Amino acid sequence: MRNCDIVIIGGGPAGLAAAIAAYDNGVKNILILEREERTGGILNQCIHNGFGLTRFKESLSGPEYAARFIEEAKKRNIETLVGTTVLSLSKDKTITAINSTDGVFTVKAKAVVLAMGCRERSRGALNIAGTRPAGIYSAGTAQKYVNIKGYLLGKEVVILGSGDIGLIMARRMTLEGAKVHAVCEIMPYSSGLKRNIVQCLDDFGIPLYLNHTITRIDGDNRVSGVEISRVDENKKPIAGTQKYFHCDTVLFSVGLIPENELTKGADIPLSPRTRGAVVYQNRETLIGGIFACGNVLQVHDLVDFVSEEAEIAGRGAADYVLCGSGEKSPIDTTNGRNVSYVLPQKIDKNVAGDVKLFFRVSNTFRNCTVKAVSGEKTLATRKKKIAAPGEMETLTLGSNVVESVSEPITVLLEEEN
Amino acid sequence: MKEKRSLTCVECPIGCSIEVEVENGVAVSVKGNSCPRGKLYAENEVVCPKRVLTSTVRAKSGEMIPVKTSAPVKKTELMNIMKEIKAVHPELPLKIGDILVKDISDGANLVVSG
Repeated sequence: MRNCDIVIIGGGPAGLAAAIAAYDNGVKNILILEREERTGGILNQCIHNGFGLTRFKESLSGPEYAARFIEEAKKRNIETLVGTTVLSLSKDKTITAINSTDGVFTVKAKAVVLAMGCRERSRGALNIAGTRPAGIYSAGTAQKYVNIKGYLLGKEVVILGSGDIGLIMARRMTLEGAKVHAVCEIMPYSSGLKRNIVQCLDDFGIPLYLNHTITRIDGDNRVSGVEISRVDENKKPIAGTQKYFHCDTVLFSVGLIPENELTKGADIPLSPRTRGAVVYQNRETLIGGIFACGNVLQVHDLVDFVSEEAEIAGRGAADYVLCGSGEKSPIDTTNGRNVSYVLPQKIDKNVAGDVKLFFRVSNTFRNCTVKAVSGEKTLATRKKKIAAPGEMETLTLGSNVVESVSEPITVLLEEEN
Repeated sequence: MKEKRSLTCVECPIGCSIEVEVENGVAVSVKGNSCPRGKLYAENEVVCPKRVLTSTVRAKSGEMIPVKTSAPVKKTELMNIMKEIKAVHPELPLKIGDILVKDISDGANLVVSG
């Protein structure tokens, strides 16, 4: 069994940024374990631009954004094992992994950073009626086939779900010569970024059907068509509103699920709201010395925020290795009115520094105020012209504010009268 | 005569809703943007919408290589540029920023982006 100061599970944007931050904070003995044959994670297949505007003040492609971190990790000689799948993680930070050169091996770490990312929800999770023909893909799988393998998956396409990946793929398939007939969204709003509605759908005249879902998929060997229907306020299809599209391909872009099988295996408590671990502000889970960041912790919209969060976790892990864990003085955070979750779920008052709260609102609101309150006290507030579930919100609590808090913190959104 | 147009800015993830007043084909007032890039976007958008095109090319050895235009190109030209891109089959090795086609459209180059 080998020993490491910090083992990072996952070499995507979160794992790379965490490794670099941990290194720069004084821990050199770091090992990244990556399942794919190269690091960079999902960014490698995200060839569109728009990455890095917050962090680098320029618009990069996914691979360009990843390259900057891969380069930094290389400069620091951070050891990375690719083609390596972690099989299990235990509470005492023993990791069992497998690859084709070492076989099955174990690593004992002083600290672990979970950076496994997320996976896509599938058709099975939605219970859509119809046959089981070829030609049905999740949007991310389609993205991999088109951008990495160079296959055009089909010529006549219908997309279910208007998350960013679905929108991006609508444009991508169109540019590659396919006809995208429709993007259906069961909600009254798109969960994707507004800019993607414009530059991926409107630019190419692709219709977006809000309040619509696929009610049947037809096809024998290959998809031959789909029936879509309008839904009522309870998301139930309304009889008589069916439309039919002849198509050979259906893409699903219906949400991402943090990939927390290893986390569960180590009995690390998860939040039912984020489906990721419950964490303190340094992204330490409730098991001391195990940290989590990026999409395995909460599904982000922007990789810039993933990097920022991963750096917090990386610094946290380095502190844990160098200084150990101190006594904690935890304050809980919860989601109040019109807010669906808040992260971190716990704030340790014994850790100095500002705390940035990340949260999502539960609907689209105009002219509203987001607030963090504790008992009678308002800790932070911000007016918003528009707030939507598709875009993560933040509020920062100053260190003096955090010190003064004695009751749980609630984040809520108030609508203006 | 002044004409009002509502746009969503695509410069960054905020996606500001912008109101533009257009007179004789040019923007005479821009409201709702929260940064100078938004103003520029709106001014260009009402005259000649442009976008950065991203795609892939197949290298001679078979790998797919991410590419993009080094600057925004006319939206109306996107499908034509795609046709041209399909005929590009570079030899490896390549690195980010390498120019594959000079002035593919509007003075923008086709460059390696991954």
